[in-house]
Amino acid sequence: MTPGTNTGRLRVEWSPGSDRLTGICHCGAEHRADDPVEIWTWLLAHPDHDTD
Amino acid sequence: MVFARNQWYVVAYGEEVGDGLLARTVCGEPLVLYRTGAGEAVALADRCVHRRFPLSESNRDGDRIVCGYHGFTYDPDGTCVAVPGQTRVPRTARVPAYQIVERDSLVWVWIGDGRGDAAAIPRAPWLESPSYTTVRGMEPLAARYELLVDNLLDLSHETYLHAGYIGTPEVAQTPITTETDEEAGVVHVSRRMKDVECPPFYSRSTGIDGRIDRWQDIEYHPPGFYLLHSRIAPTGVEPGPDGDDSDAFHVEVGYAIVPETETTTHDFWWVARDFALDDAEVSAFLHDSNRTVVLQDVVALNKLEKVMASEPAGHQELSINIDTGGLAARRMLQKLTAR
Repeated sequence: MTPGTNTGRLRVEWSPGSDRLTGICHCGAEHRADDPVEIWTWLLAHPDHDTD
Repeated sequence: MVFARNQWYVVAYGEEVGDGLLARTVCGEPLVLYRTGAGEAVALADRCVHRRFPLSESNRDGDRIVCGYHGFTYDPDGTCVAVPGQTRVPRTARVPAYQIVERDSLVWVWIGDGRGDAAAIPRAPWLESPSYTTVRGMEPLAARYELLVDNLLDLSHETYLHAGYIGTPEVAQTPITTETDEEAGVVHVSRRMKDVECPPFYSRSTGIDGRIDRWQDIEYHPPGFYLLHSRIAPTGVEPGPDGDDSDAFHVEVGYAIVPETETTTHDFWWVARDFALDDAEVSAFLHDSNRTVVLQDVVALNKLEKVMASEPAGHQELSINIDTGGLAARRMLQKLTAR
């Protein structure tokens, strides 16, 4: 799936070779962190989140 | 803990429901199941309305159940049609009847109010497909069902708890991608391993003796339905440009994670494969191996339940990247139980 194409989808990618997670909201905004709790908190704050 | 009500739950495999009276508790609600002469599966509350005697320990008279204590007699819809010593049946003499749907060889029960939408039941078509052969079973778990959800959403534990069966070092070392479909209410977790060791579970069943590309694609349908689409192929064997993947081996692992009580769970499991369809030796191997793996989880989670029961409330957990899918599953479960 291409991020942002489905309004109901939230995606978290684990960057290979790193400990970083990338959260991708259905609105297309992205956020990076190394803590899944922080990533989900950010994703679920939509629409009140900012892009990195 | 509050159960997620107004949900469909697997209550039995189709072949478990027959002429006998099967007792099974789902979300704290004791049920008695049987099949009518016409082949319809029936689920009634497993308590006689008179003095609470279990109907599952009673007797059948045709399609009716006759309570083994005083003879109160019930139709498949729960209506009491006879009581002892009198002709008048009290107007309130009725036991609740539960909505049942049979699909893909699974018997589903609606736990909640009114009638459920059968179209909302997630599917597992390979369980009845002639292109697949399935082995399956069910193990009792003395732990809350959320622990099994946590366990299955994070397969990195395979490396440590299931070494020698399905676990190899690469499982815990390979990053995962997690996606939640908020509209459908599904959590997806994918781990794609390239050029990795083939664990005995797959080498002995497929005959592959070299390195493999191994895909794990999880679908979790809260509260209690879990599918693991597993693809195994010798390294370098890729799906064709048209999507044809017939040179790979496909294993559909599934679980129905069914809360029995607040701290016990029915752990239904199955393994469906699209190779060696008529090979009884492969079937026996996969059945015994997977049951061993399930029991390894059962032993671990039973220990965990005891630890949790002995802890003060509010214990702080630590979550790391491998828990991304499990955290997503917990959030969806919390939404369902809060309704």
